[in-house]
Amino acid sequence: MKTLTQIISWIALAATIFVPMIYLGGRMELQTMITCLNAAAIVWFIATPIWMKRSDT
Amino acid sequence: MAEEFERQPVPERALLGFKSFVGMYAGEHTAGTELMIGPLFVAAGVSAFDVVVGLLVGNLLAVLSWMFMTAPIATRARLTLYYQLEKICGRQLVTLYNLANGVMFCFLAGAMVTVSATAVGVWFKFPMPGLNDLWPNSVGWVVAVLAVGVMIAVVAAYGYKMVAHIANIAAPWMTPVFLAFGLVALKQFLDATGTQIHSASDLWRLADTHLWKGGAPLPGQVKFTFWHVTFFAWFCNMAMHIGMSDLTVLRYARHSWHGLASGAGMYLGHYLAWLCASLLYALQLHHNPANTDVLPGPMAFRACGFAGLVCVIIAGWTTANPTIYRAGMAFQAILPKCSRYTVTLVTGLIAAVAALFPAITMKLLNFVALYGLLLMPMGAVVFVDFWLGRKLGFQQYYAEKAGIGINWAAGLTWFLTLAACWALVQFAGVQIFFVSLPGWFVAAILYVTLSKLTQKKV
Repeated sequence: MKTLTQIISWIALAATIFVPMIYLGGRMELQTMITCLNAAAIVWFIATPIWMKRSDT
Repeated sequence: MAEEFERQPVPERALLGFKSFVGMYAGEHTAGTELMIGPLFVAAGVSAFDVVVGLLVGNLLAVLSWMFMTAPIATRARLTLYYQLEKICGRQLVTLYNLANGVMFCFLAGAMVTVSATAVGVWFKFPMPGLNDLWPNSVGWVVAVLAVGVMIAVVAAYGYKMVAHIANIAAPWMTPVFLAFGLVALKQFLDATGTQIHSASDLWRLADTHLWKGGAPLPGQVKFTFWHVTFFAWFCNMAMHIGMSDLTVLRYARHSWHGLASGAGMYLGHYLAWLCASLLYALQLHHNPANTDVLPGPMAFRACGFAGLVCVIIAGWTTANPTIYRAGMAFQAILPKCSRYTVTLVTGLIAAVAALFPAITMKLLNFVALYGLLLMPMGAVVFVDFWLGRKLGFQQYYAEKAGIGINWAAGLTWFLTLAACWALVQFAGVQIFFVSLPGWFVAAILYVTLSKLTQKKV
């Protein structure tokens, strides 16, 4: 479960990085890019708390 | 850093590796205020060379300051700044230092609340402050800032650990979103200007003619040159490196070269994030030169939609939270009988009231320079006391050895240095962005001279 959610988090993070690059390259519309970024944000904030432990401080 | 070791050197077993500091610095310096500073550079009329090279050089100087001024003392003494200051200056002077530090933290947190509140304006569409506004300009703004500020204050007091956890979760996601701001703005510049990029020189030509055009600043702003950008990048965290407040952090470092980890914060937060945020504002001015408002919420929303807005809110919130907490700790040292919760809550409410006034945020470049200047003299005192005390024939940690509440050599050094800096700004035409450099030497010379004049045999 932990490994799966970690993989999902990293995919969301990769999307956050590469989708704007694809938009910069002229291969994606602004609205599509924004939709992808929003989806990646939602996925990141759902998946990451599952595996990222709270620190003591 | 679970154990605090507030009044003893950090033991060997509690030392941390290089990676711990990379993560900490990268998170701490990708804050909500980065979304103000980048645009304010554009408003100050920076050119492409000034901002691109000036930030490279200034951030390098900041990293070197952490590495060669703060870290060597931190890894030898392994004490918090407060305890080291207490040994040098005496408890009463440290109380005054805490007060100054706490007040500045309050205003800084206020600026972060302001940044988060601009995101609320995107939803509720009330009038928000302009670039030269000093006072709140609408009821909607006041309500939004107070709502965000009170929420942040309550959470800082009762849910600090929860927000710290959210900050840890959000940190790896926020840097790519900052990068996205820049990439989206760049693409829209390419479309708006019809520019084709085939080489690095094409990109540089676009940067020089459209992104950071140079020329006159916007009305009410100070013109920024290469030297302004360099010194601003170097000194914007002066309180932490030359001012020595990061002794408290770097005392956990295994080696002094771990100060190099500050580079992660400088080049992600103070280079990448500033440049990307500045592109958002340059694009706004390109589309409508009359729209000079520096409002991170609307700018981020136009570029990246809901994700951009969430980034603004989280960047402001998660960095205001520890800032309010630190201010609360500084005040609690002065009022030890008050509970941590009460002090943090009241501190957060003061920050919320400060956030109502856009003057602090719109003049953030000046405020940050003032913050560094105010605490710098005590950093010089720590530096001179540690390295030169014995060599120049005066007592190291004099207040502790003499059992005094206030070491007047340190106190006078602080006040006279600030007076000298004020005189340089008022009468010699030195701008506040530069005055801390001569100020440090003034402080160092004053402390040596006054220590030799006032110290008695102990």
